[in-house]
Amino acid sequence: MNAAARRGVIAVALVAVVALIPFVGLHLPWVLPSTVNVVNSTGTLEVLALCFIFAGVALGYDVIFGYTGLLSLGPVMYFATGVYVFDITLTHWNWPLIPALVATFAVSLVLAVVLGAVALRVSGIAFTMVTLAFAQAFYYLIEDNPHGLTGGDTGLALYSTRLPAFMSGAVSNTRNLYWIALGFLVVSYAVVWLVTESATGHVLVAIRENERRLEVLGIHPFRYKLAAYTLSSLVATGGGVAYILLIGTAVPSAVASVTVTLSILIMVVLGGAGTRWGAVTGAVLYVYLQQYLLKVAAQPSFATLPAFLRVPLSQPQFLLGAIFVLFVLFVPGGIAGVVTRRRLRRAAHRFDLASAAPSIPLEEL
Amino acid sequence: MTNALDVSDLHVTIAGSHVLQGVSIEVPVGGVTALLGRNGVGKTTTLRALLGLVASTGAISVLGTDVRGWSTHRIVRLGVGYVPEDRDVFAGLTVAENLRLAERVDEPRYDEVYAIFPELRERTRQRAGTLSGGQQQMVSIARALLNGWPLLLVDEPSKGLAPRLVSELADALERVATLATVLLVEQNLALVRRLAQRIVVLDHGEVVHVGDAHELDDPELAKRFLGVTGVR
Amino acid sequence: MNVFLALTFSGVALGAVYFLAASGLSLIYGLMDILNFAHGLFMTLGAYAAWDVASHLPASWGAPLLFAIAIVASILGGALAAGLTEVVIIRPLYGRPIGQILVTIGLDLAVVGLLLGGFGSNSLSVPVPLWLIEASHVGGLSLPNSDFVALIAGAVVLVSLELFLRKTRYGITIRAGVENRDMVSALGINVGRAFTLVFVIGGAMAGLAGLLYAVVFSGDLISPTQGDSLLIFAFIVVVIGGLGSIRGSAVAALAVGLVQDYTNFYLGSHPGMAEIGNLSVVLLLAVVLEWRPRGLFGSTL
Repeated sequence: MNAAARRGVIAVALVAVVALIPFVGLHLPWVLPSTVNVVNSTGTLEVLALCFIFAGVALGYDVIFGYTGLLSLGPVMYFATGVYVFDITLTHWNWPLIPALVATFAVSLVLAVVLGAVALRVSGIAFTMVTLAFAQAFYYLIEDNPHGLTGGDTGLALYSTRLPAFMSGAVSNTRNLYWIALGFLVVSYAVVWLVTESATGHVLVAIRENERRLEVLGIHPFRYKLAAYTLSSLVATGGGVAYILLIGTAVPSAVASVTVTLSILIMVVLGGAGTRWGAVTGAVLYVYLQQYLLKVAAQPSFATLPAFLRVPLSQPQFLLGAIFVLFVLFVPGGIAGVVTRRRLRRAAHRFDLASAAPSIPLEEL
Repeated sequence: MTNALDVSDLHVTIAGSHVLQGVSIEVPVGGVTALLGRNGVGKTTTLRALLGLVASTGAISVLGTDVRGWSTHRIVRLGVGYVPEDRDVFAGLTVAENLRLAERVDEPRYDEVYAIFPELRERTRQRAGTLSGGQQQMVSIARALLNGWPLLLVDEPSKGLAPRLVSELADALERVATLATVLLVEQNLALVRRLAQRIVVLDHGEVVHVGDAHELDDPELAKRFLGVTGVR
Repeated sequence: MNVFLALTFSGVALGAVYFLAASGLSLIYGLMDILNFAHGLFMTLGAYAAWDVASHLPASWGAPLLFAIAIVASILGGALAAGLTEVVIIRPLYGRPIGQILVTIGLDLAVVGLLLGGFGSNSLSVPVPLWLIEASHVGGLSLPNSDFVALIAGAVVLVSLELFLRKTRYGITIRAGVENRDMVSALGINVGRAFTLVFVIGGAMAGLAGLLYAVVFSGDLISPTQGDSLLIFAFIVVVIGGLGSIRGSAVAALAVGLVQDYTNFYLGSHPGMAEIGNLSVVLLLAVVLEWRPRGLFGSTL
């Protein structure tokens, strides 16, 4: 069996194992993010589903940031598009599932192509700022609650009789929503894998490494950049749809604010930008840790700690921010970078090729 | 007597391409040594590596001091003046401000500078960005001369100048060469022949020839090393 | 007409605060290519430093003196936070521009989280003298005294910053560095010192902006996330003005302050348009960038 086939088998096996988690009623103290210490408890499944959703979104973001090298601060806009358009068409307009899905992705596609084309007219920091500004404008729009559609600050709960029964937010459906989230991750992974391994994917990496050289070769980077931007936007929208199904309520601060963008960026950098499994690992770790730390801080015994320990430990935002700073300073390339370096070192040792070790992607991050 | 510059086995890699592949150069004290070669063979990169402006491996000794791993400003303060390609004057600053920034010693030699470039004295309050190319080159050289430093690295001073200005420049550089040791990168062979005593030829990131400047009188050799015929 | 003049006045005061927030950001970007996401944090920390000092000194000192001390505390607090940031987490990352942006994001998240943990998300009130809450009557207009304070602070900082950049050796070094950092070090100047200096100056102005924003626009209240919301507008001002240009920042800050103030007043009262002031600022950014991708006064991007 060659390496690619072996990796394929491992991937399928991994997905199968993860898909079976809802049937595991094991009692596990300490490590679970839910107060019920059972693996297939509703709380744990919900956290895991959230991990998968953000893993998918982070993968999509990695295409534009890690592979193409464009620091976009706009992914939250497309995530929020998925959340709100899907929610509004179902809850307010009572559309059936399929038309609602189609409309959601159509809106996202149009937004991504139009705004992407505008933003990509400028490069570097200006591109970053324009994407941030658009996303911020989108956030203000949602906060404004135009025609009572978004619910503004109070949010908009998903409620529709047209939604298939197995998808509704009932507690008994959590495992279904878990599988939907897992399905979203698998599809995102497959799409991102296909694109990044294709000729287009190599052009994207070439844009990151040296855009001018491509222009000399007669390749127009703009089209590729727009394609990468659109792809990552559509994946984020898919994540938004899965999110609103799972969580059931859209609140601007949780699904549309710049904080969401920064979280996604942090996930990708923690895991290792420019690698697929790095983005997935980073996102799963980030979401899991965040929820786990919240649970720990809520425990009664926690209140007895002295303030200098209790205050920092009760804030996942502090701990994750600090971990992130330490990673950027001391672990360039993220988790994937560490693994790649170790593997290279081992290979170099074995073949005595120390001087010929290839460079690590995005080492300078 | 140590050399003004001793470089051995200098390697530089930029964005994945191996620009310098083991360059070794000795520049003795006094006179002008010209660093020659076709476009893109690594002449400018060599100068930038000497100054620590690009990362490199290999041994570099500047004015008798081993400067491996030093930051640029420390290397420069050993006594190195730098006249970069494209002059790199600060366009938004006045001539006086450009010169003031270059002052590194207690008594900067404005007299010497103005003696070589009298025109600058009249233009101290003018923004450097509004000067002509030749005047900008004067500012750039003046900055390097101001501290009376013993070593100058001069990168393509004649680039983009009209022929009449090139001969004025040559006069100025001739006087400069009496004040300091000069490592000169230059494409204009007439200028090199007039100023330089020694030549070092680079090709594909390696030194391929070291010799006497008179060798350039032989057009065959000039053509072989530099891909040019005689004077441009 | 009077309404329009009063609006213009408060728009200019808002612009003055934006200028204080944005000019340091612009200098930092111009010199170091860093999009400093921790700048909002410097504003917040300046405001908290002011609150901390003013609410712990004896009230018998009198409100005016305490407020003067609070202003100094905000400036020093912001400067100290920024200086430490540059030396401890930015400096190890020279040569890794994206890494530098990322650590400022992480630092902002972490310290704001710490503030949320320590002080809660509720606002704290900065003690201010009574006259600051009152208004002055000028030619039939009633203008808030706090707006005057913001305006004077903005003007004083603009003039001193220009003088510093034009007349002093450090100022000239910073201007030269914004143009061409490599050439500054090739003249034998330790450009790393200029990096720390712009962070300290930028942080000082940000700290003052943090306090003034609280005093002028949010009823003397400060909260851990205030700086971050102000930061978005500071970014927009910097990009509109042109990265690295102080004058650009000043002009853009005024434009953004006025546009926000006018649209908020004339359109914001309509249903579903409460955020029109913020939206119009983003629109202004998009228009300016389409017309001039380098901003109004930008030369390097």
